[in-house]
Amino acid sequence: MNNTMMTVIPVILYLTMSFGVALWARKKSESSGSSKGFLEDYFIGGRSMGGMVLAMTIIASYTSASSFVGGPGVAYKLGLSWVLLAMIQVPTTFLTLGILGKRFAIMARRTDSVTITDYLRARYKSDAVVILCSVALIVFFMAAMLAQFIGGARLFQTVTGYPYIVGLILFGVSVVLYTAIGGFRAVVLTDAIQGIVMVVAVVVILLAVINAGGGMENCIQSLKAIDPGLITPTGPKDAVPQPFVLSFWVLVGIGILGLPQTTQRCMGYRDSKAMHDAMIIGTLLIGFMILCAHLAGTLGRAILPELPAGDLAMPSLIVELLSPVWAGVFIAGPLAAIMSTVDSMLLLVSAAIIKDLYIHYRLKGDASRMTLVSIKKMSLVCTVVVGLMVFVAAIQPPDLLVWINLFAFGGLEAAFLCPIVIGLYWEKANSTGAISSIIIGVGTFIVLTIMKPAMGGVHAIVPTTLASLTAFVLGSYAGLSRSKTGQAAG
Amino acid sequence: MDKHPKDWRFAQANKEALLTLGAYALYFIWWYVCAYGMGSGDPEQYEYVFGLPEWFFYSCIVGYPLITILLWAVVRFKFKDMPLDEELDEKTGEKR
Repeated sequence: MNNTMMTVIPVILYLTMSFGVALWARKKSESSGSSKGFLEDYFIGGRSMGGMVLAMTIIASYTSASSFVGGPGVAYKLGLSWVLLAMIQVPTTFLTLGILGKRFAIMARRTDSVTITDYLRARYKSDAVVILCSVALIVFFMAAMLAQFIGGARLFQTVTGYPYIVGLILFGVSVVLYTAIGGFRAVVLTDAIQGIVMVVAVVVILLAVINAGGGMENCIQSLKAIDPGLITPTGPKDAVPQPFVLSFWVLVGIGILGLPQTTQRCMGYRDSKAMHDAMIIGTLLIGFMILCAHLAGTLGRAILPELPAGDLAMPSLIVELLSPVWAGVFIAGPLAAIMSTVDSMLLLVSAAIIKDLYIHYRLKGDASRMTLVSIKKMSLVCTVVVGLMVFVAAIQPPDLLVWINLFAFGGLEAAFLCPIVIGLYWEKANSTGAISSIIIGVGTFIVLTIMKPAMGGVHAIVPTTLASLTAFVLGSYAGLSRSKTGQAAG
Repeated sequence: MDKHPKDWRFAQANKEALLTLGAYALYFIWWYVCAYGMGSGDPEQYEYVFGLPEWFFYSCIVGYPLITILLWAVVRFKFKDMPLDEELDEKTGEKR
């Protein structure tokens, strides 16, 4: 058996396990007998997640290709300063759960919400808000999924030497199938497995790097010899200025509350104890993973100092330092991160199409007008079709989608942050505010990203958040006075 | 208090959200002070802990377990278990 085969074995094993989970989840949701019961189960797993699974699924849907390849790649170039920046992500889990937490879970149950859009519909009672959000979600998610697919297939190609298309088929098809078959329950369970795979993978690679560099002290001293900037908090030639770093507190810290694939998790847990556990477990694990992965990238510079591109750092370290089987385990790590991001997005796009648009507008919100069999078939088909569309696009990525992906995460934050969070806490929030916040937020973000005006190193997301916040508040007051004079408040 | 179970839950949820923000702020301060406070000087003058520059060791390696412990304490002593469903209303005979 040659080396590439040995590398692929852990990957195959791991994909097979994901299918097993999906089939089990399918069987479990067979037991719910009504159309509404099935929808609740397929899209949110019957609100049954415990603490460990909740923590894992939040981490897994949040960490993506960039946490394992892109991020450490930049850390390779910019040294410890980039690890410092990456550590800003540590509070993501507790912040999401702590801020949205119970209030969101209570509201979601009270309004029978299964998706973020359900919640927004119940909160704002406005078709315009629902349609804007659904469209933003579908467009941005498709683009973001595409980027994840491409990232995964390239990584597979670099490590195993198999062609791009083989990697794409292998994990692209598996993620689409297990998501379609198993629904939310399969997604969160595979997320939990993927989380464990990721933790194991980062420890292995970090230890291998420190070992190859002759211990931590030697690694750091070699970095200092290459460029003293690599061990300062501002990076070589001050490449990581403070305003830029500080905007990441907005982008990843506060902004995470606007990512629907993460916030949706806050509706699906079993009880308040699960939430408490998840806050602690999640913080512990995400900090560990991010620290290890990025530190490995930074220290990798001491071992392979001459790589032409940062993105090659992780794959090259894997191939160079690990035995073939461990290389397979590590490649399963980032693949897991990618798949777990794709699967939750896929399910949300499918939910947006079926629940938020089709059932609501064609069936007037009454799922029981469709038989259980046809709603099951439709959910499955919809998930497969959306997944395959992205898959086909990833074979020859169209420029437009690659371009939209630039805006995907910032755009989602701009669209969803204010309507979700402020809507939850501020009673006066209304649909006028939500609509203006979505339009102005997404608009500002796109304009700033294209025009790139000089903002002293501040990331575009900071002014975007301020603009959408202002629009939300002003819009809400405008909407309030209008409904008062018109007496049309519902 | 039992007459307004929803009010009780929401008031508690607000308190918890504020505590969360507080923990977030503390993490930020720790991270910022350690990193830029100790690391702004000349790299030649750095002190090292376990082979790592002092600023990095305290801000990143120590900072994150510290926030986890702080969180554990906050959640353990300040967060309250509460029912999330509407079942509670039936107990008081109050249908929403």
